Amino acid sequence: MTQTLVVIGNGMVGHRLVEILRDSSWRIVVFGEEARPAYDRVALSSYVDTWNAADLELTPLTGCELRLGEKAVSVDRERRVVTGASGIEVQYDALVLATGSVPFVPPVPGRDLPGCHVYRTIDDLDAIRATVQAADRPGRHSGMVLGGGLLGLEAANALRGMGVSPHVVELAPRLMPIQVDEGGAGLLKRLVEKLDLTVHTGTSASSIERDGSRLIAKLANGVELDLDVVVFSAGIRPRTDLDLGLELGPRGGYLVDAACRTADPRVFAIGECASVEGVAYGLVAPGYAMAEVVADQLSGGTKVFPGADLSTKLKLLGVDVASFGDAHATTEGALEVVVNNAVAGTYSKLVVSDDAKTLLGGVLVGDASAYPSLRPLVGKEVPAALLQPGGAVDVEMPADAQVCSCHAVTKQTITDAIQSGVACDVAELKACTKAGTGCGSCVPMLKKLLTDCGVEQSKALCEHFTYSRAELFEIIRATRITTFTALVEKHGTGRGCDICKPAVASILASLNNGHILSETQVSLQDTNDRFLANLQRNGTYSVVPRIPGGEITPEKLIVIGEVARDFGLYTKITGGQRIDLFGATVDQLPQIWRRLVDAGFESGHAYGKALRTVKSCVGTTWCRYGVQDSVGLAIELELRYRGLRSPHKLKSAVSGCARECAEARGKDFGVIATENGWNLYVGGNGGFTPRHADLLVSDVDTETLIKVIDRFLMFYIRTADRLQRTSAWLEGLDGGLDHLREVVVDDKLGICDELEAAMAAHVEDYADEWKGVLEDPEKLARFTSFVNAPGTPDPTISFRAERGQRVPVQLGIPEVVR
Amino acid sequence: MTVVCDFDLLRPETGVAALLPDGTQVAVFLTADGTLHALDNIDPFSGAAVLSRGIVGDRGGVPVVVSPVYKQAFELATGKCLDEPSVSVAVHPVRVRDGVVELP
Ligand SMILES: Cc1cc2nc3c(=O)[nH]c(=O)nc-3n(C[C@H](O)[C@H](O)[C@H](O)COP(=O)(O)OP(=O)(O)OC[C@H]3O[C@@H](n4cnc5c(N)ncnc54)[C@H](O)[C@@H]3O)c2cc1C
Ligand code: SF4
Ligand code: FES
Repeated sequence: MTQTLVVIGNGMVGHRLVEILRDSSWRIVVFGEEARPAYDRVALSSYVDTWNAADLELTPLTGCELRLGEKAVSVDRERRVVTGASGIEVQYDALVLATGSVPFVPPVPGRDLPGCHVYRTIDDLDAIRATVQAADRPGRHSGMVLGGGLLGLEAANALRGMGVSPHVVELAPRLMPIQVDEGGAGLLKRLVEKLDLTVHTGTSASSIERDGSRLIAKLANGVELDLDVVVFSAGIRPRTDLDLGLELGPRGGYLVDAACRTADPRVFAIGECASVEGVAYGLVAPGYAMAEVVADQLSGGTKVFPGADLSTKLKLLGVDVASFGDAHATTEGALEVVVNNAVAGTYSKLVVSDDAKTLLGGVLVGDASAYPSLRPLVGKEVPAALLQPGGAVDVEMPADAQVCSCHAVTKQTITDAIQSGVACDVAELKACTKAGTGCGSCVPMLKKLLTDCGVEQSKALCEHFTYSRAELFEIIRATRITTFTALVEKHGTGRGCDICKPAVASILASLNNGHILSETQVSLQDTNDRFLANLQRNGTYSVVPRIPGGEITPEKLIVIGEVARDFGLYTKITGGQRIDLFGATVDQLPQIWRRLVDAGFESGHAYGKALRTVKSCVGTTWCRYGVQDSVGLAIELELRYRGLRSPHKLKSAVSGCARECAEARGKDFGVIATENGWNLYVGGNGGFTPRHADLLVSDVDTETLIKVIDRFLMFYIRTADRLQRTSAWLEGLDGGLDHLREVVVDDKLGICDELEAAMAAHVEDYADEWKGVLEDPEKLARFTSFVNAPGTPDPTISFRAERGQRVPVQLGIPEVVR
Repeated sequence: MTVVCDFDLLRPETGVAALLPDGTQVAVFLTADGTLHALDNIDPFSGAAVLSRGIVGDRGGVPVVVSPVYKQAFELATGKCLDEPSVSVAVHPVRVRDGVVELP
């Protein structure tokens, strides 16, 4: 007979359990207090980027009865019945408690006032946002986060994203007291204070009072804060309000044995609500491990909880913090090796055993790049090189070391997958081992293991160059070579092909080498660039004049209409807020452009791997909700970056407020207006693999915004692969968004001046390509269908009418000569 | 015999198109080493008369033109498609006389 498993709690761990048991013989009933499908709580803070709950959803559960919005209110262990808030009763053969935690709210007078919140669920964040939006303070709002631990700092960061300047109040004498030691915390404080956070350590709130629309918090040290919103983040407590009459652990949580079983053999507890042999865990990885244990037990296995790795890595706007193992050197006789570089803003501490042989733990602040390779070494022999000053962290790991702690994947599992040929890149490793699909911090390690196993993918551009595009870019920039012939002779082989020629042409153009149809460059261009128009299926071209920001006068619209009518062109509005004119023959292109240029139009570069458009909404000029002039900015950006050649096309958009009508987050660089300035998002994409752009900087003024975009674009142009959009480039960038921010915002590599100068040179050198053609008889002469019969149209091209316009007659594919 | 153009008008590693009296279109290419090649201008994969506008280069040392539509490579000397061995385009004789390119 089918047995019934009841799971109470549809959080991350409950969800994982059901996922594992999906295909088992158990009938599964889930009680979930939250009314929404299970979501990624670890990523909760990213909710403030989009306010779209669907972005956080975990894989939908199938094959179980999901009772969402149904809190389990009582359990009768005798009758083996769980009762839901609606009165429904379900009998179980096995019961799993996965109720998570509740935020701990210290007993501060005033803690229940409206405007005071906790930080645990999507609903909590919605409520915080509602409070912030209702606040009527002019300029930036002010908030307080009570608790300066990992979560408190995350909450403070989320508040910043909502336009709130946060005060962080921490009772301990330092930030992140659990993970970070004093030295690291000092640096951490300095780094976060640069980000508009005010840190108050060694004190706490003694009262909160309402004053009109404001909240006034008094701190124990006498400081008074005038606030719009308060968030409590002072720790969590295992959630055991559902009383089963079972014993609790010493620090709360349903007490269970190593098999996650309570004293009642039919009842298990997993995740944050469990106290496994007396220890409760506040991280998701141990919870997942418990889910594995219980799934195994319920399938007749004998797995037990292996203990957990409490390592953490936090990323707050470029400030890296990592702590692993025995970070506080509490082990008897433990030794510390500390490197504190106040100038570079980095701090690292390694904790080793008394004989300096075994790595016990460590703390990294400012630069946590060594974290993925150090963490798996905890408990293992420490390589001597590590203990030297500036010691390399490039060390050999034992096979059984855990590389991915989120999914408990060992080095062995990963190297097996690589060596058996099952996985040849990070994406495939993620798919077959699950490593890297949790917090993502082990991805650099996966890359390294791929390289170590010799699967380094060739970066060679094509058979003619062994260099990657980025390397070629540097060669051309450094040697100032200006022709393909010189380049391939010196640094390549053969004569080039349809891959390297356009790639080199694009690099030459990015480095401002004059007109792309100049004598030495014309043979490198693919047909679109060669005719400055887009080739269509029947051999004709389409023409797209630039319409900056999508703003156009009626007079100019009329010109476009007249040109289209006179040349019989099919017209269509594009997704980039401009007009595409189709069906022009090579001979017609100069005539069409003569008319357009005379009317003040310029090339729209729809044919090039270059800036396409900067789309905009109407913003403050017309829209009732606009907070900035989005059209004005879009035009400024489009005029600044027009003609900029890049590894692939570049699209942009500017929205006048958070409603995002211009869809800026689907663009390579998108700007969204805020009350105080602009938020810049980068790496977005529509098309085949859509990706939402990531927030790079927030609330900046126009000057700063443009400076950061200049740097971002030039950094991309220098380092991306051929035909790699910013989205793929950013995904593949070592260190990801944080690294990008370090380079283009914090100028960690010291190249920002150079990047800005390169963009300034582009802006200076820009000239309309079509005007350049019309002024040069030699270039013009190339626009003929037949050299021996200029003016004679290509006889294979013919049109028919459809919905009142001319469209191509499909070409019969000619008999192929065999 | 059809006159294409003055040899000086051709640029190395590019092509031009010529129209024959019978309506046939021929793509004429000048490679970097000064060799002339002539192929049918119609790309057999799209039916569009565009091979003269493809990028000229080499594949493993074999001189080729790559169709600008779907990017198949055709060997300049033989008209053979290197990506689809069963397909090829016709090759035409081509010569230079008194500085003029001709299709005899
Ligand atoms: C902002 C934030 C950031 C975090 N960052 C990290 C991180 O970087 N790394 C990390 O490892 N961990 C992180 N965590 C912790 C991680 O989210 C938790 O460890 C994980 O969610 C625990 O899963 P769980 O299923 O035990 O509890 P939860 O995910 O909290 O799920 C419990 C669910 O049970 C429901 N429930 C409770 N009682 C009942 C009842 N009686 N009837 C029905 N349903 C009930 C609750 O409503 C809830 O939906 C973070 C947490 C937060 C809030
Ligand atoms: S994004 Fe905002 S400002 Fe722009 S149109 Fe939409 S609502 Fe108006
Ligand atoms: S360690 Fe988190 S995904 Fe691998």
